Amino acid sequence: MRRIGIDVGGTNTDAVLVDGGRVRRAVKAPTTADVTSGIVDALARLRAHQDGAGDVDAVMIGTTHFINAVVQRRHVSRVAALRIALPTSASLPPFCDWPDDLAALARGGVWQVEGGHEYDGRPIMPLDEAAIRAAAREIRAAGLASVAVSAAFSPIDPSHEIRAAAILAEELPGPPITCSHELGRIGLLERENAALLNAALAELARDTIEAFAAAIAGSGIAAPLYITQNDGTVAEAAVARRFPVYSFASGATNSMRGAAWLSGIEDAMVVDVGGTTTDIGQIRGGFPRESSAVVHVGGVRTLFRMPDLLSIGLGGGSHVEGDPPRIGPLSVGFRLPEEARVFGGGRLVATDIAVAAGLLDLGERARVADIAPGYAKRVLDEAARMLEENIDRMKTEAGDVPLVAVGGGAFLVPSRLAGVSRVVHVPHGDCANAVGAAIAQISGEVDQIFRDMTRADAIAAATRLAADRACTAGADRATLRTVETEDMPLSYLPGNALRVRVRMVGDVAAR
Amino acid sequence: MSATPMREITAEDIESLAVGAWILGTGGGGSPYLGLLNMRRLYAEGRRVRLMSPDDLADDDAVAVVSNQGAPLVGQERLTDSRNVARAVELMEEFTGKRFRAIMSLEIGGGNSIQPMMAAAHLGLPVVDADCMGRAYPEAQMTSFAVGGLKPWPLTSVDPRGVESIVARVPTWKWMERVSRKICTEYGSIAATCKAPRTGAEVKRWGIPYTTTKAIRIGDAVRAARRAHEDPVAALLEAEDGKLLYRGKVVDVERRTTEGFLRGRARFDGSDAWRGAGMEIDFQNEWIVARLDGAPIAMSPDLVCVLDGVSGEAIGTETIRYGQRIVVVALPPPEVFLSPKGLEHVGPRAFGYDIDFCSVFAP
Repeated sequence: MRRIGIDVGGTNTDAVLVDGGRVRRAVKAPTTADVTSGIVDALARLRAHQDGAGDVDAVMIGTTHFINAVVQRRHVSRVAALRIALPTSASLPPFCDWPDDLAALARGGVWQVEGGHEYDGRPIMPLDEAAIRAAAREIRAAGLASVAVSAAFSPIDPSHEIRAAAILAEELPGPPITCSHELGRIGLLERENAALLNAALAELARDTIEAFAAAIAGSGIAAPLYITQNDGTVAEAAVARRFPVYSFASGATNSMRGAAWLSGIEDAMVVDVGGTTTDIGQIRGGFPRESSAVVHVGGVRTLFRMPDLLSIGLGGGSHVEGDPPRIGPLSVGFRLPEEARVFGGGRLVATDIAVAAGLLDLGERARVADIAPGYAKRVLDEAARMLEENIDRMKTEAGDVPLVAVGGGAFLVPSRLAGVSRVVHVPHGDCANAVGAAIAQISGEVDQIFRDMTRADAIAAATRLAADRACTAGADRATLRTVETEDMPLSYLPGNALRVRVRMVGDVAAR
Repeated sequence: MSATPMREITAEDIESLAVGAWILGTGGGGSPYLGLLNMRRLYAEGRRVRLMSPDDLADDDAVAVVSNQGAPLVGQERLTDSRNVARAVELMEEFTGKRFRAIMSLEIGGGNSIQPMMAAAHLGLPVVDADCMGRAYPEAQMTSFAVGGLKPWPLTSVDPRGVESIVARVPTWKWMERVSRKICTEYGSIAATCKAPRTGAEVKRWGIPYTTTKAIRIGDAVRAARRAHEDPVAALLEAEDGKLLYRGKVVDVERRTTEGFLRGRARFDGSDAWRGAGMEIDFQNEWIVARLDGAPIAMSPDLVCVLDGVSGEAIGTETIRYGQRIVVVALPPPEVFLSPKGLEHVGPRAFGYDIDFCSVFAP
């Protein structure tokens, strides 16, 4: 399959064409404020060369646009929150644990009605349809542009959310509706927060993904568009625009997946050195190890599965000062081409040291000729020490493990590090993000409680369900494999209740 | 009687209480997070809670003992509502015909540390600076009141749909556990409960004193260390005369449920001074017995706490996962559990281990 992968980063928009297990062509273009002209520019550069031209089967875009909107409090829509759980949970209404500034932007109104389910599928109360119709009229009168619906235990029985969404659609045609059960996990507040964030980004997602599609079509490419997700897989554009929250952490995930694919190593530490920071993570079976902690996005508590990453202030643009030298955490960032010494600027940064030491050929080496070899070595040793210390913190096994170094600043990673069996530098490592996008697969996930079943039967049932979901999302059934199985017996519940989580992935099915 | 003035609990105290109580949960007790959210909202509305010393109770004062009963997982979908626990206390007053002087917690470890605060905020009663576990334990008879042979009845149990139950009389604590658990299951495996009321004399004789203050003190120490970018674990050990038992990473967790409880074992690989040494800790909802290279080194009733190695945040037996970097610390146990009768209720044999209790803190 011939695919184009695009990573829209803070500084650069990278594009690669991958075919037959190889990167055929990789290019970089500056990211633009409107995002799309940077994509058009990158595609023009990619397609200009014969290795980047010709028909493709799919275009996969990874973007940090949606998480940036939340973090920077921009393009956030006002949301109507409808929770179906009364008379339970009433003292902790939707938005109750949001940061004030974000809640002020996103909270359009809160409605709580009777309904929802118990863990064993009994309704807490019958669904109060009249109250939902009344809420819908108030939501319309308030002119709110997006609705989030949450119900107690909707991952076990989503029927009340589905019925409420149907009533809302009848009463107020227009606003997009996010149901919390479509975002997964057990934990009402965290699942509801995900639905609220998703609803707050609904308008931005619609506009952004339409613009992506226009940019692809405008570049003369007829292939279907996919958007990369937090877990290293992709969703079709039509699905992705309904679920912008699923692309929150896709940048880091793509980079780690790209590192695994480029190196052919499925279990390793990955170090992604950028201009300002270095992300350290771990891949197992080609997928990032995920964080077990509650994840806060822009200060909002959620249960998203995100890669477990450690970020340190070390990058190609990091300031270098003093002797013994200190590196970072300040960085010249995207101003590297103006401020670094090798480009005629006045600030000594890590890139200058690498050029002086002969690790890198960039700018004018004569401009750093005054740097003594001994000093350059001490700076590089300090960078190695910072890496070693933090790699050890992220390692989960005692022995030495391989490490793949990617990113534009990968030259700062030396070929020998304590605790590392070998350091692997890969061609196109500076475009690992875009490569990770291009090779993404499709997943299906289940997180559910099973009762009165053996453990084996429960896991089998969950696996069937996950497989069906992956195929519905566009995966090729013949290529499906399980990437994660987790089961947890539940205390204080009768009937041998077992919570099972299964995730399967497969290749994008040809169409 | 020397009446020391009651102290108003500040919003900051409650933030610290949530951190400290989660550590005292010794792996169980449920996260105090949702209780904390309730308290933040009640304080924002202007409600306040006062803390009184158990020493200031009159012998014939009536004290409500409250807790949330049920499955932690259900508590994540049916969120704890401050009015339910207040209603359980009112229902007990209606049943006994006696007004309460104050409210106290069943267990200071985990989410139940906040339950009396929520009831007190609604009812205008003070909270007693005491509990009857000094930590979290899985069963009703694992309390200092049960060690003291106090009567286990009556109990009120409340569901927000207007379902209210009273267990009027039972012969033993075990019977109370069985019957109240059955009611709780019918409600949907979650209930706000008011346990057998205690007299001031009983609280002074058998309660575990000053545990609310202790949880707040632990939380203060940990939070201050985090703010100053110092080591929160060191701050905890210093504040509570604790002992650092181990530092390492989680390498395996096995879990199973038997008789409604989450049982299992977590295994760790050592780092720093413990490089090459393996630790395993058995749990029954809470951390019970820790072994270093196979030899038991810490066990209930010593408090065995597993914390995040960097933030000092407690890690629960339900959420601990492969690869986490942890420290294991021991905190001193409540005195009442060190007697032969106390060890009968909460010593290693109460959890099915044929070993004699040996404290980390024995001289």
